[in-house]
Amino acid sequence: MKTFSIDCGFMPLVDAAPLIVAKELGFARNLGLDLRLHKMPNWSAVRDKLAIGEFQAAQLLSPIPIAAALELGGMAQKFDVLSVLSINGNVIGVSSQLASQLEETDFHDAAQTGRELAKVVGKKLRIGVPFPFSMHMELINYWLSRIPEMEGVEISTQTVPPQLMPDAIEADEIDLFCVGEPWGSFAVESCNASLILPCKAIWKTAPEKVLAVKSGWADTYRDEAAALLEAVHLSARYISDTANVDTVCEILAREAYVNVNSELIERALTGNIWINSARDMENVPRFLEFHKGAASFPWRSGAKWIAKQIAERNGLDVAHSMAKAGAIFRTDLYRDLLKTSGIDFPGASEKIEGSLEVPTAVSSERGEMILETDVFFDRNVFDSYAFKSDT
Amino acid sequence: MADSIKVVLIEGDIERAQLLVDDLCERGGYIVTVLGDMVGLSRKISEIDPDVVLVDVMNPSRDVLEELTIATSPRDRAVAIFANNSDQKMMRTALEAGVSAYVVNGLEPERLRPIVETAITRFNLFSRLQTELETTRTALAERKTIDRAKGILMKARGVDEEAAYKLLQKSAMDHGKKIAEISASLISAAELLE
Repeated sequence: MKTFSIDCGFMPLVDAAPLIVAKELGFARNLGLDLRLHKMPNWSAVRDKLAIGEFQAAQLLSPIPIAAALELGGMAQKFDVLSVLSINGNVIGVSSQLASQLEETDFHDAAQTGRELAKVVGKKLRIGVPFPFSMHMELINYWLSRIPEMEGVEISTQTVPPQLMPDAIEADEIDLFCVGEPWGSFAVESCNASLILPCKAIWKTAPEKVLAVKSGWADTYRDEAAALLEAVHLSARYISDTANVDTVCEILAREAYVNVNSELIERALTGNIWINSARDMENVPRFLEFHKGAASFPWRSGAKWIAKQIAERNGLDVAHSMAKAGAIFRTDLYRDLLKTSGIDFPGASEKIEGSLEVPTAVSSERGEMILETDVFFDRNVFDSYAFKSDT
Repeated sequence: MADSIKVVLIEGDIERAQLLVDDLCERGGYIVTVLGDMVGLSRKISEIDPDVVLVDVMNPSRDVLEELTIATSPRDRAVAIFANNSDQKMMRTALEAGVSAYVVNGLEPERLRPIVETAITRFNLFSRLQTELETTRTALAERKTIDRAKGILMKARGVDEEAAYKLLQKSAMDHGKKIAEISASLISAAELLE
């Protein structure tokens, strides 16, 4: 067997699990891949080290490679997205003071919680997100801009590193935060924050993190890319089996990885979320998904949805931006590289996002596969073909 | 001074920050502000309205700086030096030294270069000093271990200090180990026998 090594950057988050487990349980090694993982303290460092070739692959927030494709964030380097590493998994929380004023919030209903929030926020709402180009940013904006009662509230976002969300709340720098696990649960434990919504309540299949490489790398290093994709896929399948939750929690909890108590990690993996220090619990089925419903497939329509939000906010041509974003979500490579692996994938590269009210069978490479419900909280649909370029 | 360049350095380590501040102040033409407390960073930076922001590549708060790159008006939009492929060599050297810089208000490259170069030099100097400090600390710790081991030997075998040291030296040579390692083993063995 041919052997090779790949240096791969990641952030200490529960959703780095597919990479960590691929290494620790030998899914990578069995395919001849020495997967060297590098824990990074910030997203910019992950991106820059991928850009200069110190890493060959990296976990990135889905909007980061899209922003780079749109030449935003000052990045001159382009990236390709090989697969989606995780769907959803972020939570929205508020300080205990703000939470005490909220009355009829519903953890599973973003419209209801949004209306309740509007009643108590006053004129300004300051929001902390971990990165300017993140699903946190996109989902929060999508959500609040579609709550009519929020009209007139001045909403500002600022970047706060995940571990510092509790400090920012306590210092009264922000009123509300959106963060990936385990840092939402960490905020509950460390500053009595209350979680009011999982981002899943805003969009059921938001592509959260992606496996990214430098543009063109996977076209050249096909064997390496194929082994990486397959190892991560097998790892994701293992993680999504509930029988393996304990093992996965223990691995992720290690100092080299997320470095928090495994009990905090378990919450995201089981979907049993403690929402406040009074120990109220909400169960969110498939709170964080790695595998089911073709979770790793890099839908171009998902990329285009993100591009549309970013383009509108930054005054770019929407249709052009969508086309650029769609092109870097390499469904072509995904299919081609996994062709001989026996892994099934959808026949189409795009879908009408938000149109699947219930799990639905669609045609796939090997016959049929079930896609999970993908609705937005406002029941809008996103059909990328409906957008025509202005120029 | 209307022409002074406003530099913000984000650094929690005062000693490390001081090296760079001293150097830039000596050169003149710079107003340097060090931000060490990471809470409210975003607000503090916008209040200062700097021309250049310097931050360690691996600082957990570095992502806050990415906000500067998407400021609303193109004139205000900052550029991260890594993002600019025009100077690959400087970018790589900076990254290796741990320096990342964000340039606001379109500061000219010729005015930026000395700042980044100074930062690279100072960051490198600081890591070297740290390595040296680490070496000194280790040496000191080893010294203490050897002294304790000598004490144990002197008591147990009724020899003087020089003889005790020779015994340790010989044992180290016989086992192909460092004297400090042999001393540490002796100390733990002695603790067991107490």
